[in-house]
Amino acid sequence: MPRTDFPFDIAALTDYRRRTRRELLNDGSKRIKKKIAVLGGSTTNDVIKTLEIFLLAEGIEPEFYESEYNRFWQDAMFENEELKSFAPDIIYIHTSYRNIYKFLPSAVNSEEEIDNMLKSRFEYFEKMWQRLSTVYNCPIIQNNFELPPYRIFGNRDCFDIHGAVNYIGRLNALFADYARNNQGFYICDINYVAACFGLDKWFDEQAWCMYKYAFSLDAVPYVSFNLSHIIKSIFGKNKKVLALDLDNTLWGGVVGDDGVEGIEIGEETANSECFKGFQEYVKKQKDIGIMLTVASKNDHENAIAGLNHPEGVLRPDDFIVIKANWETKDRNLAATASEMDLGIDSFVFADDNPTERALVERSINGIAIPKMDNPAEYIKTIDRNGYFEVTNFSADDLKRNEMYKANVARSEMCAEFTDYNEYLLSLNMVAEIKEFSPVYIPRITQLTNKSNQFNVTTKRYTQQEIESAATDGNHITLYGKLSDTFGDNGVVSVVIGAIDGEVCNIDLWLMSCRVLKKNMEYAMLDTLVNECKARNISIIKGYYFPTAKNNMVRNLFGDFGFDKISEDEIGNTVWELELKNYNNKNNVIKINSEV
Amino acid sequence: MAQQNINERLNEVFRNVFDDDDIEVTRETTADDIEDWDSLEHIRLIGAVEREFGVKFSMKEVSAMKNVGEMMDIIAERG
Repeated sequence: MPRTDFPFDIAALTDYRRRTRRELLNDGSKRIKKKIAVLGGSTTNDVIKTLEIFLLAEGIEPEFYESEYNRFWQDAMFENEELKSFAPDIIYIHTSYRNIYKFLPSAVNSEEEIDNMLKSRFEYFEKMWQRLSTVYNCPIIQNNFELPPYRIFGNRDCFDIHGAVNYIGRLNALFADYARNNQGFYICDINYVAACFGLDKWFDEQAWCMYKYAFSLDAVPYVSFNLSHIIKSIFGKNKKVLALDLDNTLWGGVVGDDGVEGIEIGEETANSECFKGFQEYVKKQKDIGIMLTVASKNDHENAIAGLNHPEGVLRPDDFIVIKANWETKDRNLAATASEMDLGIDSFVFADDNPTERALVERSINGIAIPKMDNPAEYIKTIDRNGYFEVTNFSADDLKRNEMYKANVARSEMCAEFTDYNEYLLSLNMVAEIKEFSPVYIPRITQLTNKSNQFNVTTKRYTQQEIESAATDGNHITLYGKLSDTFGDNGVVSVVIGAIDGEVCNIDLWLMSCRVLKKNMEYAMLDTLVNECKARNISIIKGYYFPTAKNNMVRNLFGDFGFDKISEDEIGNTVWELELKNYNNKNNVIKINSEV
Repeated sequence: MAQQNINERLNEVFRNVFDDDDIEVTRETTADDIEDWDSLEHIRLIGAVEREFGVKFSMKEVSAMKNVGEMMDIIAERG
């Protein structure tokens, strides 16, 4: 199987991508199907074909709508039955410098004229986004603009208002403002991609004049890969954990052989500076909520000593699980995943040793394994792969590491109790269970896209769909936040019920595995029943659709006291609960006003 | 570069690009002979040939090429 990660195997991704595509489609993986409309301002054939490869590798099987050459604006602004019936899950607008170079200011324009040009160019795009968002109600991804191929004013181009460099910077800033203020709107930063690729290689007049490709064909994988990160992140395919080797990954040398004083980390040598830079990068990942673990062949005390090196940046405390022992790494990684209640396919395994990488690659499906061959390239190798692409950033992301740590403290405390109910009471749990409110919508959307285990229907929602469920009057929506003595878990459970007369159909019932066995599901059910009764609903219908990951909730409705009313040959089950004799099930969590 | 050698390597490129091991290109092969060889795939094919032989075709050459034979002649001349 050809690699589809960075650094690229360009031939496999471009020239021989038919074969790569066939091999991916035949590799036996399960994929979610998504419809992607590509509205292009230049030829998009290669961008789409290469994007397909990257998405297939991420577990997404895309179907595409492709606008005619340079018809992006018309496709968006006018009645478009074809696009409507296609019903896109995502719309991507592929425009570039080639779509604005005719509208750039020149030396003869006054400042006021240039301001107006800028305003009208921005509004040209803004109107299109607004219309797309209203008509298609799905996430929109928009390219920004790369820097121009030449500078009439030389260096002055960057600050003179007549300069193209200056103008493009201002236009990009307006795009960025719009993205900051509009949920479900994302920028595909081709300005950054073009800079990484190199502008002189990026601009290819031959590709433009002959084929109307906005940039060199060799740049296509870089653009498509960058775009694929946004798409897979929106659909919940991000990685969550960075599992790190220690010797020659986080520091130079072998702590067991060289001793703590002998390892290279800090600012003494070129090599030690590289490793310090990498530790700083990893620490920043932790700060945005990426969870760190260690998978190292070492004696535990040596590993801890290495992580306490005075010149180091990362400390033992920064890791949720530290496996430093002589067990094989695939086993250590599997054990780590199960201790954290996470799928192993949400892990990135960073190790300088190709033998270890090959072992893990052979035995674990779906784990990402960057080619960490050169300490000076570690950061780039991880960063360019977009494992942790941040499309939504919520307050919970900042706290995630603390929350997982608190879980470890909880399980230690649990060991002191013989009666589990007493343990639960001792946690002094308090829940907030309410209708969706705007401040939690990003987090709710995020949960619907990444919860796989405690999730009865595994229905995925875009932010727009969550917003409409919250406001259309036909749904009961509930989010649940849970906190206890050890800290706040944030939003951990989401329920969406569709109202149909006297029946409430459960479209979605999910819970984060970090609050398993806390009776939080009972607190949610009690609240849902109350909400239903308040609306004169007499029956709740539950649905369970089995997946490879959600076996733990196979009998959730049964445990709740629902009656099973049907089961088909693939195990889909339907359940029913009559509300008139319902007794509250939760007696360990205080809910809302009871506080 | 010997024509025989070019022919073999070119054949391999065609098979890879169109993911079809039955392709046998000759000097006379044109886009009409290979089902998937349309104008968009032509761009990719040119790129693959350039990569394989380390050559870069000019715009004029790309526009003027009538069949595989003419492509081979340009490669032979450059090699």
